[in-house]
Amino acid sequence: MELAFVIEKFVLITVVFVLTLLVAMYSTLAERKIAGFLQDRVGPNRAGPFGILQPLADGAKMFFKEEIIPTESNRFLFIAGPSLAILTACIGSAVIPWGQKLTFGDYVVDLQVTDINVGILYIFGVVSLGVYGVMIGGWASNNKFSLMGAIRAASQNISYEIPMGLSIIALLMVTGTLSLKEISEQQSGFVNWNIWYQPLGFLIFLICAFAETNRTPFDLPECETELVGGYHTEYSSMKLGFYLFAEYINMFVSSAVMATLYFGGYNFPFMYDLGLSENWITIIGVIMLFAKIFFFIFFFMWVRWTIPRFRYDQLMNLGWKVLIPLAIANIVLTGIVITVKDLL
Amino acid sequence: MLYLPDISNRMEVQSTPVNYLPIIFQILVALGFAVGTMVVTHMIGPKRRTAEKLTPFESGIEVIGNARQPFSIKYFLVAILFVLFDVEVIFMYPWAVNFRELGLDGMIQMFIFMGTLLLGFIYIIKKKALDWE
Repeated sequence: MELAFVIEKFVLITVVFVLTLLVAMYSTLAERKIAGFLQDRVGPNRAGPFGILQPLADGAKMFFKEEIIPTESNRFLFIAGPSLAILTACIGSAVIPWGQKLTFGDYVVDLQVTDINVGILYIFGVVSLGVYGVMIGGWASNNKFSLMGAIRAASQNISYEIPMGLSIIALLMVTGTLSLKEISEQQSGFVNWNIWYQPLGFLIFLICAFAETNRTPFDLPECETELVGGYHTEYSSMKLGFYLFAEYINMFVSSAVMATLYFGGYNFPFMYDLGLSENWITIIGVIMLFAKIFFFIFFFMWVRWTIPRFRYDQLMNLGWKVLIPLAIANIVLTGIVITVKDLL
Repeated sequence: MLYLPDISNRMEVQSTPVNYLPIIFQILVALGFAVGTMVVTHMIGPKRRTAEKLTPFESGIEVIGNARQPFSIKYFLVAILFVLFDVEVIFMYPWAVNFRELGLDGMIQMFIFMGTLLLGFIYIIKKKALDWE
């Protein structure tokens, strides 16, 4: 293993990491702006032009707040909870292909942190770990509201993981690989995007993504009207910031996963017909991927300010009695269609 | 018209341990960020602790008992069912990846497996294990 490899990867990881944090920071501003727009208000507009410095002000505020660790809580787990939440949120992006190759002279840089042949399983595993941050933090607070929020979060996340896994299985039957790089390459052009083969699978995956990121209409773990603040009732300063930040990072990563799995990733229509050089195709591809991601983030916010929250039994019924049978039906349907097509 | 991607002469990609190394790097960077930020906020934030402030929040009234209490058994049931179904889902991953090489036989065998799984699922629903009051 050469030094160049290590340096290349560290530079790439740092760039991805900074981009992730920037997107998450400005998602908080975008959310408030979009909420303002949808409710016929202005939204934050005091810090800098159009409120552009608002996320920095919010971040700085988090740093200077008093840190409160309740005496009754379990001190170690209380600190471990939010740290684990932000850690799992930040490592999910390692297998997402952000673009094709960039060539500098004779040095080729792959715009993906790593291409492992179990990419989807890795993301699935990291998403499953995400529940621990919320569960540990809520339990360690030793507060009844936090406990309720934490159990709800755990129960909701594991319930929606099953239909999510099942909807990915139908996709794998089409692609025949778990590597996200290969899945992206298969979708070159526009007619090959997986959304055309798996519309139902995408719908199930989208609903599960909302539930896994605890976004409205599935934000029961932090439902203010019943549970004060849910699992983060006792948290203050940057620990609270970590929980809120982790939610936005998760939203960014799941948008990137959806764009990669179903909407062609970095591919865009007519990418090889415009007579562009390879580097330009890569750069436009990265911009296109981010355009898709931003659209999904906007969609997350649009839904949040449009649809009211579910009741808990409705949430469980939707997960277990609607999405799981639907996902299994989708697998059966996909299986029959592919087999008939291959036999003919 | 839709056509399925041609995977007949696909190169089988093998991951070596080196491919997993960048994931370790990313975990290190994320861990550094989390720990660093925690330490910095701990150092620069004000500390004015009072006994009242550090009691658990209970909407302003006196705290009654603590939160180490039993909770609804339904949550436990959901957790057990999750383990059951998630293991089934994991079984299906290798099958799904090799689906087109296995052909008709593979599909029929897996459908039988899924049928038995579905029987269990119907039993759970009939037992009202997933009904919330």
